[in-house]
Amino acid sequence: MMKKTKIFAAIGGLSIIALSVFLIAADHIDSPTVAGTKVDIADFYAFEGDNPNSTVFIATLQGPLEPGQVTQNAVFDKDVLVEFKIDNTGDFKEDLVIQAIRRDSVDKQFMYFFGPSDVDVPDTERDGVSGLTSTVNINDGIGRVQISNTEETFTGESGGIKFFAGPRRDYFYFDFNRFNEIASGAAAPEGFFPPASATDFFENLNVLAIVVEVPNSMLGDAPDHIGGAVGITGLPKAYNVWVSTKRKQ
Amino acid sequence: MKTYNIKLVLLAICTSLLFVQCADDDENGNVLDQDLCSDGIQNGDEEGIDCGGADCVPCDMSVDFTGVFVQEDVMGRPAVNTAFGGTNDVKNSYNIAATSERNDSLTFPLVNFQRAFEETLELYHDVYGDALGVDLDYETNILGLDAPTFTTVLAHFDALQVAPNAPTTYFDGTNVLTGRTLGDDVIDISLTLMFGGTSGTRFDGNNGTPQLTSDGVGVGDRDLTLPFPYMETAISQ
Repeated sequence: MMKKTKIFAAIGGLSIIALSVFLIAADHIDSPTVAGTKVDIADFYAFEGDNPNSTVFIATLQGPLEPGQVTQNAVFDKDVLVEFKIDNTGDFKEDLVIQAIRRDSVDKQFMYFFGPSDVDVPDTERDGVSGLTSTVNINDGIGRVQISNTEETFTGESGGIKFFAGPRRDYFYFDFNRFNEIASGAAAPEGFFPPASATDFFENLNVLAIVVEVPNSMLGDAPDHIGGAVGITGLPKAYNVWVSTKRKQ
Repeated sequence: MKTYNIKLVLLAICTSLLFVQCADDDENGNVLDQDLCSDGIQNGDEEGIDCGGADCVPCDMSVDFTGVFVQEDVMGRPAVNTAFGGTNDVKNSYNIAATSERNDSLTFPLVNFQRAFEETLELYHDVYGDALGVDLDYETNILGLDAPTFTTVLAHFDALQVAPNAPTTYFDGTNVLTGRTLGDDVIDISLTLMFGGTSGTRFDGNNGTPQLTSDGVGVGDRDLTLPFPYMETAISQ
């Protein structure tokens, strides 16, 4: 099958150097050579919104961005579909997806949103690999919002769902430089610095953000918390959620 | 039978069903058809999103959402692949893997993510053991997870948990793993689970130990009180 061939090629058929060309940050703290592709997810947040009956999903991409020209020039890639995935049965296969993709009209950029779409397809009908391939769920349109920029902020709301896309300040914080010294062994036997001398690599940097706030009534009942499966008791029921970026073939 | 004020009915429809920018009413309070054609939804008599029907551009001239999209990056919990992946081979394979299938040896015959993660976790301890001249291994952490269980959770169940009916946080002193807010110190929490041992304070910089459970950096002056979209506007130069 084509997909498996690609995966085997990625693992076994290419040299280390060729592989490193395809490295994509799973989150912020990859090396500078890795960051910079437009599929690059920087961070993912999920939390209760100002309305306690809603959940907010935030995906940040292409971070970190230096203030000024770099931030102003950062754009969402029209060939990249961002997909928030929600498992509400506890099997770590998504049951619902919320999609976002950029499409332009005249001289304006818009982010279109779709979902929550039911993708709970029986395993026998899947392509053998869960959720790695998607098409846009055009029948589940939520709406569109003009993509914000460094000067103007646009937000959209439709059917109880709120949505936004554009550059924002990066909320990730970490002494990334010290972590590299620790991970490489250069810092040993010392560890991280005390607060007075630690530095936040991400202070005053920006990132592209997609923010969606969804009523919990649209997400179904949450399953038992995965913690119970490994002996962490007393945790509340919780959705399992993650985000992926997919490139148009 | 009750009669409704037409203006109010149309206004209610406008604000509840249509995109919020539908403020272009004609003098009688009727929503102009052009707005239906640009609200990002297939509605009215449209044949596709904002296209077709009596008023919108023909669909073959409209927004194109066709195509097949294939995963290239993925993220659940913070810092997982980067901190534990170890080698570039592992990190690369991890990003194109389905979340539920990273434990599938048929799909990934050459990579065992759980074992790779566990080796990385032990490697971090070896580095400090060598520097301190002692034998140093991972110690079961404050959640009671030993190395194989901890790395299995990280590698094979990589998703954020978010609770609809409880406070949402990575850890706030009381609630744990019920979400991830913009202000959560996911680095310190992750470091504590990796290096904190059963007490959570095994390597906290006290008693001659290296500080490995906190990076010393907090949220700083980032505003955590904003309404939707909850994040500050971009920093300008």
